[in-house]
Parts: sequence; structure tokens; C-alpha cells
Amino acid sequence: MYKPNDLILRTTTSLIAFILLGFAIYLLLAGHNSPGGGFVGGLMTSGAVLLMYMSYGIEAVKKMLPINFVTLIPIGLGIAVLTGAGSFLFDVPFMSQTFGYFTVPIFGEIELATAMLFDLGVYFTVVGVMITIILSIANDQ
Amino acid sequence: MTDLLKFTDSFLGITLIICSAGISLSLALLLYQIIKGPTQPDRAVSLDTIGINLMGIAGILAIFLETTKLNDVVLLIGILGFLGTLAIAKYLEKGVIIDRDLD
Repeated sequence: MYKPNDLILRTTTSLIAFILLGFAIYLLLAGHNSPGGGFVGGLMTSGAVLLMYMSYGIEAVKKMLPINFVTLIPIGLGIAVLTGAGSFLFDVPFMSQTFGYFTVPIFGEIELATAMLFDLGVYFTVVGVMITIILSIANDQ
Repeated sequence: MTDLLKFTDSFLGITLIICSAGISLSLALLLYQIIKGPTQPDRAVSLDTIGINLMGIAGILAIFLETTKLNDVVLLIGILGFLGTLAIAKYLEKGVIIDRDLD
């Protein structure tokens, strides 16, 4: 059988995938004030997973990442709904948001916003939907 | 000093216009190549080059609007273009993009 010669692709994938995952985390944390957010972060994460699928094959990645990506969709949607419903605990309208400044040991004073938690739900949903769509399209033989 | 500043400002404006015209011409030629291109690899190379031209447009727009928020966009377009080119190259070589087991 015809065997492809993709040594360069396989070697660089192990480096590029981690750079992509780091960039995705940066985009997720930098949202709600500058370009970025949950959707683009999820898109970058699914890009990194897709790169691993393209260079290693489905069986190897299933051993590397033993996650059922379909279950990420209800987890993300549940996080988003709970973030919206959490504002009822403080007697404010549905999906209100707030932010504050906190001092943590290493980073100094940083800004934390509750919109970040909603972005986390969007992130999980987008990762689950993207990987599910790509795998079900590629799996049709 | 203000003369020098004014000169560099107008020089930057002229350079931006020339660069935009060059990228527009390049995009028009690449679209013609995508429609006409005799073989599939020609079209793949044209699509990759269009992605690189989009990165150039985003950079020129960042200079024109005097903002730093577009730097992430340039990086994002580069990564997505790389993934697309990889998928097209693998499809042209093997006929399947995500294979079940490589070994």
C-alpha cells in the first residue's frame, strides 16, 4: 500500500499544536475587552485538535485524548445557562454582569469579570460542535 | 521638526495607497487563477496566497487605523491559512484528509 512520507509534518505537529493551544487560552482570557473571546478560542482549540487528527490519524488521537467531544456541548450550554441564572442569587436581572479588581500573588492586580464564565461555556460548546462536525464528515467511508 | 513629521505622515499615506493598490491587483490576478487554473494544485497555491494577502490587508488596515488590536487577527488568519493549505495538500496527495489509522 502507498505510504506517505510525512515525517516533517508529524515532528512539527507536536510543537505547533501546543503553540495553538496556548494561543487559544490567550484568546479566551483576553476576550470581553480586546479581540478574542470564547468563540475564537474554541475555534483555535479545534484547529489544534484537527491538526493532530490530520497528522496522526483517528485511532492514535483517540488514545491521546480520551474525550467524547459530543458531551462537551451540554457541559458548555449548562455552564452558560448557570452563569445567566446565577444573577438571581444577587437580586439583579437575568444575565447581569459585573467586574472587579483583585490582587493575586504572581500577577499583581488583575481584572476579573463574570463575562469570562459565560465565555467559558461558549468555548466548550464551540469545541464540541466543531470536532463533532469535522469527525462526522470525515468518517463516512 | 514639524516639517519632517508632516513629510513622514504624507509619505506613509502614499505608501499605504500604493500597497493597497498592489494587493488589490494581486487578489484580482489570483481570483483569475482560481477560476482558470489548469490543475488543482494551481488553485490550492492560489488559495494559500490569498490567505497571505489577507494578512497583508489586515496589517495595512492596522497602520491606517493606528491601532494594535489587529495584530491577533493577522496571527489568526495565518494559522487558519496554514491549516487550510495542509488539508488541501493532503487531499491532493492521498485523497483522504483524516485517515483512520496511519500505520
